[in-house]
Amino acid sequence: MQKLVWALVLLLVVLHQDNWFWEDGTLVFGFMPIALFYHACISIAASVVWFMATRFCWDDDLTAESHGEEATK
Amino acid sequence: MTELIVICCYLALLVLLGLFASRLFSGSKEDYQLASHSIGPFLLLMSLFGTTMTAFALVGSTGEAYSAGVGVYGLMASSSGIIHSLCFFLLGIRLWRLGSKYGYSTQVQFFRDRLGSDKIGLLLFPILVGLVVPYLLVGVISSGTVMQAMTAGAFPDLFPSKNPGIAGGIPPYIGMLMICGVVLVYVFFGGMRGTAWANAFQTAVFMVLGIVTFCVIANKLGGEGNLLANMQKLSAAVPPDKATRIAMSKTEFFTYLFVPFSVGMFPHLFQHWLTAKSAESFKLPVVAHPIFIMIVWVPCILIGIWATTDLMPTRPPLPKVPGTDIVNPNAILPFLVKTQTSALLGGFLAAGVLAAIMSSLDSQFLCLGTMFSTDIVNHYRKEPLSDRAQVFTTRAFIIGIVALTYLLSLSNTKSVFNLGVWSFSGFSSLFPLVFAALYWRGLTKAGAYAGILTAICMWCWQFAASDYGEIRDYTFDLTLGDAVYKMQPVAPIFLASAVALVVVSLVTPKPDAAVLRKFFPERA
Repeated sequence: MQKLVWALVLLLVVLHQDNWFWEDGTLVFGFMPIALFYHACISIAASVVWFMATRFCWDDDLTAESHGEEATK
Repeated sequence: MTELIVICCYLALLVLLGLFASRLFSGSKEDYQLASHSIGPFLLLMSLFGTTMTAFALVGSTGEAYSAGVGVYGLMASSSGIIHSLCFFLLGIRLWRLGSKYGYSTQVQFFRDRLGSDKIGLLLFPILVGLVVPYLLVGVISSGTVMQAMTAGAFPDLFPSKNPGIAGGIPPYIGMLMICGVVLVYVFFGGMRGTAWANAFQTAVFMVLGIVTFCVIANKLGGEGNLLANMQKLSAAVPPDKATRIAMSKTEFFTYLFVPFSVGMFPHLFQHWLTAKSAESFKLPVVAHPIFIMIVWVPCILIGIWATTDLMPTRPPLPKVPGTDIVNPNAILPFLVKTQTSALLGGFLAAGVLAAIMSSLDSQFLCLGTMFSTDIVNHYRKEPLSDRAQVFTTRAFIIGIVALTYLLSLSNTKSVFNLGVWSFSGFSSLFPLVFAALYWRGLTKAGAYAGILTAICMWCWQFAASDYGEIRDYTFDLTLGDAVYKMQPVAPIFLASAVALVVVSLVTPKPDAAVLRKFFPERA
């Protein structure tokens, strides 16, 4: 699962380049230029991928760790 | 006058917040500089977001969209959503862990320890301070400009001007003094706790007011019955070059991805990371940061492209760059607020823009005070200072830095704005250093020096090639055959620094085993 999450981060970077809507002036919902709409979706997708990272790429040792506990180790 | 009253009330509220935070101050250095590592997920999210979003997020994004179209969102906002969270996740959590374990307050402390080199501090310290200063100046100068534009007409006899856009407004030297004074009070008394609280409050203010302003402007410009109909009418009138990225270079767009890596080396963000109560506190900022960027940026981009349409009222005309007939993009948002909304909302939005500026300034002032006190004064004393003496020196340096910043901001303003993007490029080019320090056991002291020195040389070369920042759209052009690929200068600087760091580390003696055990305990 960890590898999948990092692959998704890489995919986000690739999708971010967005060559396909470069010259497309379509208005989504009648008011949102598709280039802006697409990148707003990239922002939402980034949140989802980072949520997955905090679930599946999280170091279990960190969960119970707070400042005081760490300092006394 | 209404705008001025709203702004003054807002500034008074911030001072009260700082004074209230100071009542919880325990008197220790750790409490003053790092809020005793007590910041939970919500406050961490708000303070990290508020610190990374400057006035540019509101005013500059609208202006850039007016000039370059919707592509600005992909260039600066969605890329930051990916890269900033990457930095929080990969760097922030690890640095918090090491900072908690070994008692760091500054980046220089960490690098001195990790590389086993005292002198690396002498190299890094002036670079970090030198890169923060222009960033600070841009904030202070912007605050003076916003104050003057938004209070125009309040004192026509006291501050006359031939320019109707600023006549009667509070002049920048007074506006900047007010902002510096307010930030100084709440940072001085409240320390990191006051800064985090003020950041959270200010972030909420500029997010909410940004959305309210967007709705009011859309309804006023569109003139239809409801918000959706207004937005549809306005967007349908946008010229094709602003609704697409026809005019943008694809390689320049791609290489702009390197700019947000600067977040990994901002000294003020390093200090904010260390304030976290636990590693769990990072989860919310990592996940919510891209969405928060979207909430602030999308409305500003839409307003910017709408301002290019024929639906904009012809009177009063759009504000011009002084002495020219060119529209001033950075004045678009304040102009629309002033002409399309009420004085009360105008005052609130001015407060919102000042909030975005101050939520970065406070962290930068506190961080520079902490660095001077910790990395210079305390580090080079034979006997370390007491806890209280370190709080005293941090506060003394904060006063000195605020005073110096104010004096510098009274000088040449234009050149400082040109330095903003170069400041970010400099921080980005140091990203390979912090990443390798945390994840690569093979990083050597010589490799770190090579990476830093290469970054400095490349940065100076590119900065000189841009006529010292005067050529604002300067790109590093790579010619392959007949094709010319435009790139942001940060890309070659970043890559050269990374290559130098890796190559020199591979051919120089391995780091001390004790250092590796300390920083990579599980595999030592």
